[in-house]
Amino acid sequence: MNEDLSVSTTLKRVHGFLAEFDSVQELYHAAEHVRDAGYQRWDVHSPFPIHGMDHAMGVKRSKLPWFVFFGGMTGTAIAFTLQTLTQTTFWGDIGLGFLQTLAETYPTIVQAKPTHIWTLPAFFPVMFELTILFSAFTTLFGLLALMGLPRLNHPLFVSKRFAKFSDDGFFVCIEARDPKFSQEGTKSFLEKLGGKNIELVEDVI
Amino acid sequence: MESTAHDSHAEAYTGAPRILDREPLVLNNRSYSWITNRICGIVENKQPLLWWILMVPSVILTGVMVFCFVYLISTGVGVWGQKQPVAWAWDITNFVFWIGIGHAGTLISAILFLTRQKWRTSVNRAAEAMTLFAVMCAGLFPAFHVGRVWMVWFLAPIPNANAVWQNFKSPLLWDVFAVSTYFTVSVIFWYIGLIPDLATLRDRCKPGLKKLLYGMFALGWRGANRHWSHYETAYMLLAALSTPLVLSVHSVVSFDFATSIVPGWHTTIFPPYFVAGAIFGGFAMVLTLMIPVSKIYGLSDLITPKHIDNMAKIILLTGTIVGYAYCMEFFIAYYGANKYELQTFQLRGLYGPSTWAYYFMFGFNVFAPQLFWYRPFRHNLWVVMFVCMCVNAGMWFERYVIIATTLERHLTPGSWRIYEATWVDKVTFLGTFGFFMMLFLMFLRFLPVIAIGEVKGVLPQSNPHNEDHGKESIQEEDLMNYADRHVAKATA
Repeated sequence: MNEDLSVSTTLKRVHGFLAEFDSVQELYHAAEHVRDAGYQRWDVHSPFPIHGMDHAMGVKRSKLPWFVFFGGMTGTAIAFTLQTLTQTTFWGDIGLGFLQTLAETYPTIVQAKPTHIWTLPAFFPVMFELTILFSAFTTLFGLLALMGLPRLNHPLFVSKRFAKFSDDGFFVCIEARDPKFSQEGTKSFLEKLGGKNIELVEDVI
Repeated sequence: MESTAHDSHAEAYTGAPRILDREPLVLNNRSYSWITNRICGIVENKQPLLWWILMVPSVILTGVMVFCFVYLISTGVGVWGQKQPVAWAWDITNFVFWIGIGHAGTLISAILFLTRQKWRTSVNRAAEAMTLFAVMCAGLFPAFHVGRVWMVWFLAPIPNANAVWQNFKSPLLWDVFAVSTYFTVSVIFWYIGLIPDLATLRDRCKPGLKKLLYGMFALGWRGANRHWSHYETAYMLLAALSTPLVLSVHSVVSFDFATSIVPGWHTTIFPPYFVAGAIFGGFAMVLTLMIPVSKIYGLSDLITPKHIDNMAKIILLTGTIVGYAYCMEFFIAYYGANKYELQTFQLRGLYGPSTWAYYFMFGFNVFAPQLFWYRPFRHNLWVVMFVCMCVNAGMWFERYVIIATTLERHLTPGSWRIYEATWVDKVTFLGTFGFFMMLFLMFLRFLPVIAIGEVKGVLPQSNPHNEDHGKESIQEEDLMNYADRHVAKATA
């Protein structure tokens, strides 16, 4: 790409400034300063999770456990309903027998075991397993939803240096959509923090 | 090796216990990029000759396994050796054997994560992969044991034309739910752990099919801390979910036996005894695989003597629990005044037709691991491999003793029979080893065998508060592991 010689007609949008740091310690202090400067739309990129970085960035605790709790409870409820509908007279006893008729289920009597609700302990293993199964799926899909992944591309991947993030690179990226962002101010701010190879990342529209 | 920094600590903390050096989790002060290059190199470079030497027979054995199953389907389950009263024999033994091996992975990834055992990072990825492959091998046996394998979907609660539903009060059905949930959750756990490492592989590839595939599975990961924050919560949640799950799976497997009224099976000790045995056998298999992997691929800086030592200690602990369970079973049979129970155990261990299996079991599982009390044995890889091989074999014999030899002498003496396995039993079992090895070798070829991101996270320079990591700073966990290091230094 001879971007210096030819006039590009491609429309580009500024994504933000990307600055590289040498070590975890430098990155951590830089994050504290960016947080204190009041930036909102920014992030740090590192090959592994850094202990205490959430605090340094001012990131709140993940809401994921709430999703997972309700996901798990759904599993418990499904297992309870499935087993009591197909193996007990419980739904008829509480006046909801039509559910059994609707689902065409009849209590299966095997091994001379009772069909009333007090056989519930025999249903615990399946209730437990489905609770875990639904929780695990909620964790996976909830995680993806909260991260906004999968996505096919990201402006940061345009940067050649950025590929180092998955090896030994530590980066801070302040995005252009941040209200405090300015071409000059943000760049000199990152320089002051000790950022190296500061790069204006542009997104091809 | 002890640095002078310690002396200054000793001065600064007079009165407090002397803080000793912690054995580093990664030796030789390796850098981040060294770790990336070394682990990704396994995937990117040509495989060593030994890989092919192992892969070719593994593929052949997998083919043999497929042949055996085809032969079984086309002929009938009679090609296996079980006849009344020994209706469960090698197949269920193999099922419990493989599912037991499949417990170490989740134990390492979940329980050791919750207990903050940072040494797990070097072994968890391979152990989790091994778990999945072992569970795949395990699942084959009950599926074919049902006789008409094409009807196996009847185990799933799907509405069908007959309005017939499963018997949810049966431990066999609990088992279906437990094992399938275990497999699914293990896949999710493994995959979430893989995402950052897949991104590493993606970023190192030249554009092409490989980059496309790694990129697809890496989901566009860009190591953002706002992602890591959710990611770590998710990892913690999955660890917390998997911990009771892994304990429940082998408990449910043991219910298959314990809820029956067969003497020798109908005991309350079964769930903890089975779980301890599963962890025991699983760790032996992890070491059996990881010691050669670490030697062949030059990973000794990541899988250090400390890791092997820790796993050997877990084998010693769980092996001793298993030994206690063997003795306690016998004692309760004697003390419990149930003559059928007592006779079963007398036939198992003293004068039955298959006492040889009992002696193999006891020797391999209880006596062999006792070598690990002695530190130099835990640090001699040949001894460790020998003990692990003993345990691998011993755990198979344990299940054989519990299942087949118990049924050989059932309640009705008129139907007693000595069980004999047919060639199909033996070859199928051998075939699953080929299948297991094939999957594991493929895993080595295509995916990072060690969790790259996690290992980087336990390096001293990854601690944001470790300003000058030339000197060791006292951390909270150092104090927690005081006793551990104290012993390590005293014996060093």
